[in-house]
Amino acid sequence: MAGPMKMRATLAGGNTDVRVLMSHPMDTGQGGKTPPYFIQNVTVKVNGRTVIEGQISQAISRNPVFSFRLKGGSKGDRIEVSWLDNKGDSNKTDAVIA
Amino acid sequence: MRAIACSALLALAVTPALAQKQSPFAEYQRMANENSPIELFEILGEEAWKKRQGTKNVSLEQCDLGQGPGVLKGAYAGLPRYFADADRVMDLETRLLHCMMTLQGRSREEATKRVFGNADNPSEMALLSAYIARASNGMPMRPGSGHPKERATIELGQKLYFHRAGPWDFSCASCHGEEDKRIRMSELPVLYKPEHARPMLSTWPSYRVSTSVLVTLQWRMNDCYRQMRMPEPVYGSEATVALISFMTKAAEGATYRGPAIKR
Repeated sequence: MAGPMKMRATLAGGNTDVRVLMSHPMDTGQGGKTPPYFIQNVTVKVNGRTVIEGQISQAISRNPVFSFRLKGGSKGDRIEVSWLDNKGDSNKTDAVIA
Repeated sequence: MRAIACSALLALAVTPALAQKQSPFAEYQRMANENSPIELFEILGEEAWKKRQGTKNVSLEQCDLGQGPGVLKGAYAGLPRYFADADRVMDLETRLLHCMMTLQGRSREEATKRVFGNADNPSEMALLSAYIARASNGMPMRPGSGHPKERATIELGQKLYFHRAGPWDFSCASCHGEEDKRIRMSELPVLYKPEHARPMLSTWPSYRVSTSVLVTLQWRMNDCYRQMRMPEPVYGSEATVALISFMTKAAEGATYRGPAIKR
C-alpha cells in the first residue's frame, strides 16, 4: 500500500501552513470481512528534526488530509511527513517551504 | 520551530460563495472542499494518461480533446463539443473512449470493462477525468453550441431531461424540476436553470466523501437512471452525452472549479 502522497508547505505571516494528503484505506474492520487496517503513526520532521509524533486511529477517514501550522520556518526548510500503519507499511513525502 | 497545532484545518479560505444562496449546505461544501484528497487521484490520472497500452502500445498523450492533440489546458471547459473525426458530439469520457479505441487500438469492450471504480480501486476513466479536468480549473466553461449537431444534442438532452418513463414514470425533472427540494442533506438543483447548473456542472468530476469514490458525470447519468429504475444507459451513448450537453449548456459561462468534492 503505497499510493501517492502530496504535500504543500507555505509560509504565512511568520508561520508555516502544511497540508498533506495520504492515500490509505483506513479500514475500521467494522464491516466484519476485513481486519482493521489503518495508519497508526504520523511523523513530521523539519530539516531532519522531529517536531510532531502523532498517533491516529481508525476514526480517521479514508485518504486522510492533515493540515497544521508550524511556528516559524523559513523558505527552503525541508518538511518531511511519514506514516506507519498497523501492518507495518509506511510511506513518506517531503516538500520545501515555499 | 515548534508545532503549535495539529488538527483539522480551520483556516478560512478565500473562496467565493459556492452556492447561489447562503445555506448550511454551501458552508458544508466549502469546508469539505478545503480538505479534498482529489489531488491524489490527479497524480494517478497523470500516470494513466502517460501509460502506454493497447495493441498500438501508445499513451493517450496525443489524444485531441478539442484543443489540439495533447492539449489539456482548457480542454475540459470546452466540452462537450462536436468532433469532426467522429462526426458526433462527445463529452470528456466519450472522447477518451474514442482515443483509447483509435489511438491505442483498444476494443470498446476492454476499454469500458470497468468505467466506474470503487473506493479501493478507482477506474482509469475517473482518474483520467480528474487529471484532465484540473487543467481547466479557473477557466470559463464554454461547451460547443454552434454546430448543428451540438444544437441537436442539446435539444435531445432537454427532451430526455423531461421524458418520463420506467416503472415509476420518472424523469430527471421529477427530482430536479422544482426549487428548494432536497433528499436528506442534498439539495436538488434544477439543472436547466443557470444559477443551479453552474455550481453543479463546474464541480464535476468529484470525490464523494460518503463513499470515498471518485465519480464522473457519466457515472452520475448512469446512477440517476438506476435511481429512476430505468434500464441502464450505455456508457458514452448519445443519450448520456445529450443530457450532459444540455446541463453543461445551462452552466455556460461558469468558472470551472473542479475537480471537487461532494457529500
